Amino acid sequence: MSSDHIFISTDLPPEEPASLVDDFTPSLITQANHHLCPGCGEPIAIRAAVEAVEELELAQRTITVFGIGCYTAFAHNLDVEVVQALHGRAPSVATGIKRMLPNGFVMTIQGDGDMVNEGLQEVLHAAARGENITCLLLNNGVFGETGGQMTTTTTLGQRTKTSIEGRDPHQHGHPILLSDLAATMDGAAYVARCAVNNAGNVARTKRYITKAYESQMAGAGFSLVEILTMCPTGWFVDTLEGPDYLQDTLAPVHNIGELKTP
Amino acid sequence: MTDRVLIEGSEAMARAAVAAGCRFFTGYPMTPFTELLEHMASLLPEVDGVCMNAESELEAVGMAWGAATTGHLAATGSTGQGLSLMQESLSEITNARLPLVVFNMARGQGDYFQATRGGGHGDYRHIVLAPMDIPEAVELTRLAFELASQWRTPVMVLGDYYLAHTYQAVSVPSIGGADPELPDWALNGSSGGSGAAKIISPLGGGVEGEEGFDLGAHYAACAAHIQEMSAGVDPLVDIGFCEDAELVVAAYGSVGKFVRYACLRLRDDGHRVGYVRPITLWPFPSEAVRDAIAGAAKVAVYEQNMGQMVEDVRLATLGAVPVEFIGGPSWDHSGFGIGPDINVPDISECILRAMQ
Repeated sequence: MSSDHIFISTDLPPEEPASLVDDFTPSLITQANHHLCPGCGEPIAIRAAVEAVEELELAQRTITVFGIGCYTAFAHNLDVEVVQALHGRAPSVATGIKRMLPNGFVMTIQGDGDMVNEGLQEVLHAAARGENITCLLLNNGVFGETGGQMTTTTTLGQRTKTSIEGRDPHQHGHPILLSDLAATMDGAAYVARCAVNNAGNVARTKRYITKAYESQMAGAGFSLVEILTMCPTGWFVDTLEGPDYLQDTLAPVHNIGELKTP
Repeated sequence: MTDRVLIEGSEAMARAAVAAGCRFFTGYPMTPFTELLEHMASLLPEVDGVCMNAESELEAVGMAWGAATTGHLAATGSTGQGLSLMQESLSEITNARLPLVVFNMARGQGDYFQATRGGGHGDYRHIVLAPMDIPEAVELTRLAFELASQWRTPVMVLGDYYLAHTYQAVSVPSIGGADPELPDWALNGSSGGSGAAKIISPLGGGVEGEEGFDLGAHYAACAAHIQEMSAGVDPLVDIGFCEDAELVVAAYGSVGKFVRYACLRLRDDGHRVGYVRPITLWPFPSEAVRDAIAGAAKVAVYEQNMGQMVEDVRLATLGAVPVEFIGGPSWDHSGFGIGPDINVPDISECILRAMQ
């Protein structure tokens, strides 16, 4: 863990006027201010997701289905059409939309609690069906919104509020590696896992998301991009330690890379 | 309409649904709902519609929810157990203000509360229509899609094993008309990038952190909408012989048809008995029931359960006359509510006992 801390003096005004978050906001985010915690990885992932929509000129044919988690806040902040689904149920809702609008671009945004706990069968059935939708999994290995409990993707030894001494396989079972599972499905066209804990990984995330979108627009079938995101609040680590914690805790288990390409 | 044909209830309802403009159907096989799914699977492709054999009821209702957001008329269904699995979504679909028709082919009448009390979490109701036979089911299926579109709400068609599985000679509407026009609120992606992209959410619209997103205000609007439906949906009820009746018997659905016949026969024998058969179970036709029993000394409620609609009858009559429950759970060994208890001699006996 890093011992380099940045010290900010609050006694003096900043030397230059502070840049506002709106100055760097992609056009498809209507309201950049959000109430997610400092150090959260989800806004970075969602930014990459909407930037790719814009770059592929999909804005006017996109319908985004949101699950329930911290990221749900963005359901009301995007300038693309949105359907708010229940926890775990976004893939079937997206299925109904895509079947009626085959020329539309349909994606889901879900967390690990949503997609891998509550909705595991939904995403796997959609993958097996070769449903021509794109699912984005924001995986931080904990239930962030409820304050840091264990999910099915929590890694062995990871401490959460419901695995206080660390996840113990004898008591808590083993983590589910969702992308690895989805990649085994014949209906899955593109499956990849990435992260947003450093600049290189953010660029990779954008690249993978773009490929997933292109795969859907080519009619190739189901696509999934799993994005490992920081949750310092739910991990009970300092904000600045989030990226390293992700690298040391989640990334060694949920391996980054493309698992299946068309 | 076609000439009268001998047709199974499930097929009649499927044809009526497609004729009413239904273009998306999904379900999970379960007796006695299964045949409706089968008929939709063969009919919908004829009108370029989509029918999906969902992997579970949870996914069926989710798919129907998604299809409904595109403005196309969507439907799903199941029986009580499957409907239990769907309730979480049905509650949210109601709050998302989406039209959806739900075919509930129930096992007996034990699911009256589930059907009429919303059935899931939250403070909501949706419209429930209970046909007594196939011709009425054809008409109520058309009405269900009309009400769903008009009120932007789920509407349940509550039938049973008899309705789904018996054959009757009926006129069924022909399918293949023009697709219904899509409503303004429907999603197709095109409002993206406009600065005001559409959102369909059970939590309401508006932008988080700005004026417009207010869950309390959304729930208040949902509550007001349910009150409007409660007052604005025409209550449907079938009433007979109540003018001179000493005893009025209340019953609904297929069972109501048997009760009606039993009352007819009892009148032939000189018994002053009338019947009232609520067709809209929500909103419950309270006023019509109250009027129907005005001159009676007593009301008896015959249901194939432990007594559920009897509570609505008591609320409707507000203690004006004694309300006695004379039904009981089905003692049919199959569990499908095709009970030996549903026969005219048994029902007549229950009615005569209530008259003593």
